[in-house]
Amino acid sequence: MVTCVNDAMFPDVGKATLTLLRRLGVDVEFPTAQTCCAQPMVNTGYLDEAVPVVRTFVDAFEGYDHVVTPSGSCAGSCRHQHSIVARRSGDAGLQRAVAEVSPRVSELSEFLVDVLGVEDVGAHYPHRVTYHPTCHSLRMLGVGDRPTRLLRAVKGLDLVELPAAEQCCGFGGTFAVKNADTSVAMGSDKARHVRETGADVLVAGDSSCLMHVGGLLSRQRAGVRVVHLAEVLASTEASAREVAS
Amino acid sequence: MSRTFLGTPAFPEAARAALADPQLRRNLAHATGTIRGKRAAVVAELEETGEWEQLRLAGAAIKDQTLHHLDEHLVRLEESLVAAGAVVHWARDAEEACAVVASIAHRHGLDEVVKIKSMATAEIGLNEALAAEGIAAWETDLAELIVQLGDDLPSHILVPAIHRNRAEIREIFLREMAGAGRPAPDDLTDEPARLAEAARLHLREKFLRAGMAVSGANFAVAETGTLVVVESEGNGRMCLTLPEVLVSVVGIEKVVPTWADLDAFLQLLPRSSTGERMNPYTSTWTGVTPGDGPQEVHVVLLDNGRTRALADEVGRQALRCIRCSACLNVCPVYERTGGHAYGSVYPGPIGAILTPLMRGVGTDEQVDSLPYASSLCGACYEVCPVLIDIPSVLVDQRAQVVDARRGHVSHVGESAAMKGAAWAFGSASRLAGAERLAGLAGKFLGRRRVDPGGRGVVSRLLGPGGAWSEARDLPAPPRESFRAWWRRTNGADT
Repeated sequence: MVTCVNDAMFPDVGKATLTLLRRLGVDVEFPTAQTCCAQPMVNTGYLDEAVPVVRTFVDAFEGYDHVVTPSGSCAGSCRHQHSIVARRSGDAGLQRAVAEVSPRVSELSEFLVDVLGVEDVGAHYPHRVTYHPTCHSLRMLGVGDRPTRLLRAVKGLDLVELPAAEQCCGFGGTFAVKNADTSVAMGSDKARHVRETGADVLVAGDSSCLMHVGGLLSRQRAGVRVVHLAEVLASTEASAREVAS
Repeated sequence: MSRTFLGTPAFPEAARAALADPQLRRNLAHATGTIRGKRAAVVAELEETGEWEQLRLAGAAIKDQTLHHLDEHLVRLEESLVAAGAVVHWARDAEEACAVVASIAHRHGLDEVVKIKSMATAEIGLNEALAAEGIAAWETDLAELIVQLGDDLPSHILVPAIHRNRAEIREIFLREMAGAGRPAPDDLTDEPARLAEAARLHLREKFLRAGMAVSGANFAVAETGTLVVVESEGNGRMCLTLPEVLVSVVGIEKVVPTWADLDAFLQLLPRSSTGERMNPYTSTWTGVTPGDGPQEVHVVLLDNGRTRALADEVGRQALRCIRCSACLNVCPVYERTGGHAYGSVYPGPIGAILTPLMRGVGTDEQVDSLPYASSLCGACYEVCPVLIDIPSVLVDQRAQVVDARRGHVSHVGESAAMKGAAWAFGSASRLAGAERLAGLAGKFLGRRRVDPGGRGVVSRLLGPGGAWSEARDLPAPPRESFRAWWRRTNGADT
């Protein structure tokens, strides 16, 4: 599951996920019927509107062994919220399908560490990096230190600790516009902590959070790039040479 | 305290005003950071042994079982209280509860009472109701005293004056104490010990002459008829032992079946609230003890929306709350906006669910804005000593707000946007069409600047997007979505 945000806004994250998984020998498909996990509707309170979206999700992903997604938030939405939407629909068939498909969803770092059993994915990324653990990865899924274990195994990567790392960046889906002032206040503190590390690159496992903090850093001309975990893990010496040439 | 939360605007607007106050931001960041650290240290001691999780599970289970048979436990509590010589009153709402307290004071010919810090009495606006009846209610908790003297509003459950720093407190004491009783000394400094001394001397006069005290209760034990107050300063102990008349206003969810049930809660509460292994003062009293302490004891059992919350299948878990404030102290929204923005004596994440649960949604814009006052980061759930899944209740309350307001003019724009998104997300081909449009727009947008990754940046969006772009850039939409790339290359060439 590429996720709607990556599909529409950050296609390189989807491509990096594909590259990485294929390099590790996984047989990957992109079911083209997929759209969105329905989290924007559920978290704004529009449960009826979420029903057709969850139906599209289960139709697209039924029958696969694993559904891997480069987003802690979307994985959390599938595993913790799809059953609520299915119950609301009153459709027993949808409830059964959700019970079947949703538990098979893994966030990328969970899949790499728990299912494939790898920490060194053969990546090369010669940059000073700080990592923001996004809330839903951390607290909804409990990915723990899986992402940082993966990052520490990347050749050339200098991982510096982010102060107050576990505090929310303030994105929060529609919270970012419904409570824009509070969202920006939270994000400004996160951006300040990122700058304090002296890192060139901020890495996280959710493009939406990166879009928010990155948007603030960009407005501040902070000179810090935001890069998804999948893109870091997909990078190799060969791919860096390719970009350079 | 004459001010009330009445007229607080909806959360986004109230938050905007609070966020613009740099002093408030500094006070809150410092205070919440300090309490967070203390809590984390003492909870970690029990987490290492696995005990903490067991205590949380026990606390949640006791509360759930009690709430499941609340009627039976309340009747038992009433019987025990009456047997111990207390008078029990039942109050459906704030008005009934305040009338009971005022009539007791009137019967004794009193024009003042001393008060122990109590969320239930703050919730029902007791001080204002008593003032209207010509009865002065003196707050004796240090932070409540600061709020009362400053004609201010509480902004935290445990530390209602958390938004004030020492310099501001000194100013308030120097300016206001004389009007309420013994003045502050002229040479008062902002040292904590000097401020506490000024408060102690000021309050001592009130304790010694008071004929009646008003309290809440942290717990009410059904089997024995015992009420429990947990505190730090000892002012509560003074109120509970000196005056002849004691009136306690107790929310009906405070009942626990047995004395032994206190075991879990008296460990969970201090570690979660003040970050202490044990709090300095735990007072318990069971009706009247002849010749010792108050000789007339009243208990007002308060509903005021609690049965409404109990009827909510998802939200009823909020009634487990023991008012520790751990969720406030870890909340990134609360840390920045402070408590006043929530427009209630219950601020922070727990307030964002309790207020709508107790008052109902669909009629008041301010109440309906509260479930949205969260980024759903889950930090509150992580620290809650009785495992209230606040994020899930927030999401459920949002659904109730939307359902209550379907077709209402205030939700037309958002509703249309959500329906549009649901339509596009309902089919991959419709989504592909929307992405092609965005890609076209991206060709025109984002030409002026690039971000450090070399990608075009949009700095100004129109319409609802303006709320985003006021402070944040947005990457220009890519020329080709992932889906379009996949279709073109069939996933080759990565």
